[in-house]
Amino acid sequence: MIAVLTRDLKLAIRSGGGFGLGLAFFLLIAVLTPLAVGAQSDLHARMAPGILWLGALLSCLLSLDRIFALDYEDGSLELLATSPVPMEGLVAMKSLAHWIVTGLPLTLLAPVLGIILALPAEGYFWLVVSLALGTPALSLIGAFGAALTVGLKRGGLLLSLLVLPLYVPTLIFGAEAVRAGTSGQPATTALMFLAAISAGSAALLPFASAYALRINLR
Amino acid sequence: MELSVTDLACQRGGALVLQNLNFVIPSGRALILRGRNGAGKTTLLRTLAGLQPPSCGHIKVPPDSIIYSSHSDGVKDMLTVAENLMFWGNVFQKPYANAARQMNLDGLLSRPAHSLSAGQKRRLGLARLCISDRPIWLLDEPTISLDAASVALFEIMLRLHLQNGGMAIIATHVDCGVDDMILDLGPFRPVKQLLPDGFDEAFL
Repeated sequence: MIAVLTRDLKLAIRSGGGFGLGLAFFLLIAVLTPLAVGAQSDLHARMAPGILWLGALLSCLLSLDRIFALDYEDGSLELLATSPVPMEGLVAMKSLAHWIVTGLPLTLLAPVLGIILALPAEGYFWLVVSLALGTPALSLIGAFGAALTVGLKRGGLLLSLLVLPLYVPTLIFGAEAVRAGTSGQPATTALMFLAAISAGSAALLPFASAYALRINLR
Repeated sequence: MELSVTDLACQRGGALVLQNLNFVIPSGRALILRGRNGAGKTTLLRTLAGLQPPSCGHIKVPPDSIIYSSHSDGVKDMLTVAENLMFWGNVFQKPYANAARQMNLDGLLSRPAHSLSAGQKRRLGLARLCISDRPIWLLDEPTISLDAASVALFEIMLRLHLQNGGMAIIATHVDCGVDDMILDLGPFRPVKQLLPDGFDEAFL
């Protein structure tokens, strides 16, 4: 299973693509929003948690279809399905690889973009913590969507439609945690919900995704 | 050890393509599948590999004994030949050096896989069989795009595998050098092509 993880990381780094694209998209959203809404830094500060979380979520969405589609096209998904690696483990490792190349860099980049959006100083800690707790859920839910749509030609639209509603709770609690933290209110409830969504997704979704993959490989 | 199939029926795209299949392959033997395009060779191999459930009948194989090789080789273009081999070596937790030698890939190890020719890629795909060290090989057109010398390499590898007590089921249109047992799938085509329980595959 570690082999799958290291291979996916190598592929992600070498072929660039999804890796850089997600980050660039995140950067663009954060840079263009202040330009679009005009120079009102108090407004930016109020919008920053929502914009940053929305940006993270959409950038994550960009690279989802690559999780399984590339392996499906070149046949390695079938070969992996008949190998000693359990399908659930495969899904978990691929989700982890996706998180390492999207969720983790997004989390690390977010404070820099927080400056652009004039996020108040109290917010940075909560921003990083909420992203670190919430982005694993984005990758896991996304992998589930990707597993459901893997055999479809141009399944990207369907994938987005399937996954976005499932992302809503993560978005709400994530942005809420940062907003509450920024304004000095307790953010722990929202963070606990975020952590619960991630933990629940990690525990359940690999099994659901593996089942979906098996059906799609028939 | 043997692979036995009783009263097997397989479906593809909601239609029954094979039925009443019975065969037993003992250790050290190969079964060559023949049949025109669409006869169900790939479907049978996929069913045996466990990628799709049989419509009815039983497949008896020892657990974790099957390695399946499809039309595509599962080669990652962005990795080098050695990295591709190493990946499968890690997946099966076996060394890959011997497999690389048997398929004559030693000179290509540091080449990125996207620069390989179709035949070289196929050899890389076939090396995976050797790495896996599993006793039952299910091969779908293994010699496609191989030149004569590479086909010979493949035949040597296959014979060695059979001599060591392995088994193989090979769907092919050409001679593989081990025409051991031959099964023509033509007669197993069902007359009536509707599924007994209706067409609901699209919904699950």
